[in-house]
Amino acid sequence: MSGPSKRLTEGGLIDRSKSLGFTFDGKRYSGFEGDTLASALLANGEVLMARSFKYHRPRGVMSAGPEEPNALIKLRTGARQEPNTRATMIELYDGLVAESQNRKPSLRWDYQAMNQLIGRFIPAGFYYKTFMGPFANTKLWMQFEKLIRKSAGMGEASWEADPDLYTHRSAHCEVLVIGGGPAGLAAARAAAEGGGRVILVEETPHLGGRLRKDSEVIDGLSGSDWAAAMETDLAGRDNVRILKRTTAFGYYDQNMVGCCERVADHLVEPAAHQPRQRMWNIRAGRVIIAAGAVEQPLVFGDNDRPNIMLAGAVRAYVNEYGVLPGERAIVFANNDDGYRTALDLAKAGGNVKAVVDPRDEGAGELADAVRALDIPVLNGHAISRARGGATGIQAAEIVPVSGSGMQHMDCDLIAMSGGWQPTVHLSSQTGSKPVWDDSLKCFVPGAPRQKEVSAGAAAGTLSLADCLSAGRKAGAEAAGVSAPSWSAPKPESAGLKSNPTAALWEAPGTKGKRFVDHQDDVTTSDVKLAHREGFISVEHLKRYTTLGMGTDQGKTSNLNGLAIMASLTGKTIPETGTTTFRPPYTPVSIGLLGGPEVGKHFAPLRRTAMDSWHDEQGCEWIDAGLWRRPRYYPKAGEGIFEAYVRETKETRGGVGVCDVTTLGKIDIQGPDAADFLNRVYTNGWKALAVGKARYGLMCREDGIVFDDGTTSRLAEDHFVMTTTTANAVKVMAWLEYYLQFVWPDLKVQVTSVTDQWAAVAVAGPKSRALLEKVVDIDLSNDAFPFMACGDVSAAGVKGRLFRISFSGEMAFELNVPADYGRHVWEAVMKAGEELGAVAYGTEALGNMRIEKGHVAGPELDGRTTADDLNLGKMMSTKKDFIGKRLAYREDLVGDHRHKFVGLMPVDGKSKLIQGAQITENANDPLPVKMIGNVTSTGYNSETEMPIALGLVEGGLAREGDIVHMQYPLRNVTVPVKVCHPIFIDREGARHHG
Amino acid sequence: MLVINCPWCGPRDMEEFTYVGDGTLKRPEIGSEETDQKAWYEYTYIRDNPRGPHLEVWHHAAGCRQHVRVKRDTLTHEIHGCWPASGEMADTTEGETK
Ligand SMILES: [Zn+2]
Repeated sequence: MSGPSKRLTEGGLIDRSKSLGFTFDGKRYSGFEGDTLASALLANGEVLMARSFKYHRPRGVMSAGPEEPNALIKLRTGARQEPNTRATMIELYDGLVAESQNRKPSLRWDYQAMNQLIGRFIPAGFYYKTFMGPFANTKLWMQFEKLIRKSAGMGEASWEADPDLYTHRSAHCEVLVIGGGPAGLAAARAAAEGGGRVILVEETPHLGGRLRKDSEVIDGLSGSDWAAAMETDLAGRDNVRILKRTTAFGYYDQNMVGCCERVADHLVEPAAHQPRQRMWNIRAGRVIIAAGAVEQPLVFGDNDRPNIMLAGAVRAYVNEYGVLPGERAIVFANNDDGYRTALDLAKAGGNVKAVVDPRDEGAGELADAVRALDIPVLNGHAISRARGGATGIQAAEIVPVSGSGMQHMDCDLIAMSGGWQPTVHLSSQTGSKPVWDDSLKCFVPGAPRQKEVSAGAAAGTLSLADCLSAGRKAGAEAAGVSAPSWSAPKPESAGLKSNPTAALWEAPGTKGKRFVDHQDDVTTSDVKLAHREGFISVEHLKRYTTLGMGTDQGKTSNLNGLAIMASLTGKTIPETGTTTFRPPYTPVSIGLLGGPEVGKHFAPLRRTAMDSWHDEQGCEWIDAGLWRRPRYYPKAGEGIFEAYVRETKETRGGVGVCDVTTLGKIDIQGPDAADFLNRVYTNGWKALAVGKARYGLMCREDGIVFDDGTTSRLAEDHFVMTTTTANAVKVMAWLEYYLQFVWPDLKVQVTSVTDQWAAVAVAGPKSRALLEKVVDIDLSNDAFPFMACGDVSAAGVKGRLFRISFSGEMAFELNVPADYGRHVWEAVMKAGEELGAVAYGTEALGNMRIEKGHVAGPELDGRTTADDLNLGKMMSTKKDFIGKRLAYREDLVGDHRHKFVGLMPVDGKSKLIQGAQITENANDPLPVKMIGNVTSTGYNSETEMPIALGLVEGGLAREGDIVHMQYPLRNVTVPVKVCHPIFIDREGARHHG
Repeated sequence: MLVINCPWCGPRDMEEFTYVGDGTLKRPEIGSEETDQKAWYEYTYIRDNPRGPHLEVWHHAAGCRQHVRVKRDTLTHEIHGCWPASGEMADTTEGETK
């Protein structure tokens, strides 16, 4: 459906010697280097680029910049497919593949365009009214929802994983300049003289900003040539870094600015190891926001037709891209700047039918220049409606602003300008509220809350000469340069007489759809409906009509919407408010934010020193925080159950070896070490002899159990503490908090040594026989009794041996420096060969502790007291400790507490389920009182029965009672018997050996 | 993204720190005969939520492992100072230190 080529034979900043092939909706086209997708499509006569969000209206490109609300395009295919990219920001490259979105079956024939006809049934607030009304949560609603989800919305993301790399980088500078237009260039140039680091970021591939899009002459050079000369100067300075294709999207606390550098978005695919995008976290001493301004559209009937563009965008297509978007143009502007478009169009050979200006007095000197070309200027007039369709427009209806009479004027292009709104987004992100400037008819940045200043158009300064001098001033001030040697040049346009912008928030007339927000299909009637229904605050207006809620964040709609609401309420614009802008300024990909920390790099993997050995055995792994631990070592034909039961039996019957490196290990030294332990543990430590270990329990200040473990006294002033794997980091930070903040007078040093020591548990009746072959000390009961600890040499390595038991069997824990972990482990396994030693994983480890009724993570659930866990005796009455004062509060004691018990299925075989609830009876009417829950489940390897640990109201006082385990999710009810939680060797004879 | 000027390490990004809690807390003395449940209840549970400058404890967990006291404005996120966990705070800034 393309029309004739609109490419000018000369002019523009494109390279006509470099032709680039691309496809749009499967059709082949060519453009030139320097084109955007939008300019290349326009050059090929394609004005229809998209269908709108709600009504599926045909849309063309409205802008030439980041504000584009219409021309949202699906770029690339397969895993690299990216929806909702703006055609105005896509650099053309050879091989580019793009598709239109939100249309079926084709852009030209979109059956959902009939939504326009039923438009009055889907007004503002439609979603709320429908989904909160009588249909809510009905079958009909579900059908509706599916349909609406299909028809509304934007492009589709790929279902495949993104194959590309994204990286993060930090940078620091004295002055950060955001925007490479005239103000930004002048600011960077002046700031560079300060000698500090200057970073200049520019969103597009070229420096120059409006200088590339307007006909300006500076120092005898065209604007773009002058910008190129400035770039050469800046690039030659050691203290200046220029980042092009880089968008500053977020302004964060303490002058940190997040930037997205599009490293390879303009390539078919990134080169090997080249990131697609790079995030820069730039911490700046001072920030100069020279981000320019966004021209605002005018609101009139059917103002969304293809080939109705912003006037400044039309100049960009003519001057930068060498494209003449229309042969017969009407310029409709409420400000002087729009007249430049008439002049540039005429210069490029276009026929400008008229300039329509609602101001009675019209423009200043630019109007004279326009009239000199015999272009009619219609002062006091406005376009009330455009006439046209999917392929463009044919005419405009022009009416006087006051009075009557209407004239038709043929045209194929309307260039509109509602004035320029400074890009206040970044300054607004700092928490500074934009301020309404009634003479400029726009919001300007508020008083800075961080070390930033806006300069140039971003501050409401619109003339080029003023932008250059404002940039110079801002740059010099930011860099602390009192008088830069570089002075801002005077462009030829300096001193041009102009007339002020006049507000025209809505053109006269009522016909046609009058779009306020093109991206979200919000019209003036929606704003009026919101007003009638009482949604008059800006925040309500936004949410009710979706005004400004699109991916463009209302860059071309917030101001008009706000102003129209203000006129409806009779309030001023500042009284009506403004919206708060939040990062990101323009959309950023999740990939960029995630950076390289994806897949296996999402979190570090901690491996013990024996990791490779376990892997060689083909163990099954399980995550334990960042660690991976062997879960079980399956033999042929074994599942998890068979494997862990075998490992349990072989350990209890002989000897088993387990890698327990992941337990937290904290080295505690200092003259007050014992006193400190006395404070953080509930039980006493002062009397612990050197060479002895002791089980300890920790509470939080609120009296709830925090963690447990064994701590050994290596010397009078030297202990080594163990914690659970899960709480190792937490306990370490907790100890540091008390030592540094609460009791700084204690002379104690704590050091995490978890990674420094490999730990091997050797358990079972034959554990002594095994270790006697590995270590160099006497392991007899007399020499090394239960809870003894001491230095040993193990397989030639100096280490520590502890006689402690988690399994309930006679057991030892051998610690050696991590580098020797595998060596010693192998020596242990070798020594165990003739004893039938088995390696066991966390399943058997856990099962043995369940058989022994030891509490662990599932029981220390942040709600249990020591008393609940039958550990009340651990709470010393002779000393003070953390948690003591609140542990006996009214609700933490008494018969209502759920206390630690063992559980067995009455039938001796039903499976018990971790997390299941305990009720008194099987079939009580709802609601049923929950009297407990199952915390841990295991298998009694000696009686061959499922067993469990749990917390049940009344605790051991209920021993022998039958209660019921309920798991309603699977409709399971099992009668269980309350029993003692120690299922094996209740007297503890075995570990004393 | 705050920068916290650790008294031991110098200015560091907040990513290296863990927020711990209220830096104005005073734990009742260990071993004291303080049996007033109210004092313990307030120490354990009651926290002010001031709008403005507030003294906080942060832990330089991915740095020197020291806890530091940070005076941060909860409204503007401005940081007025950073001191070691214990000892005198030479406070040169305006605003109340609750
Ligand atoms: Zn530090």
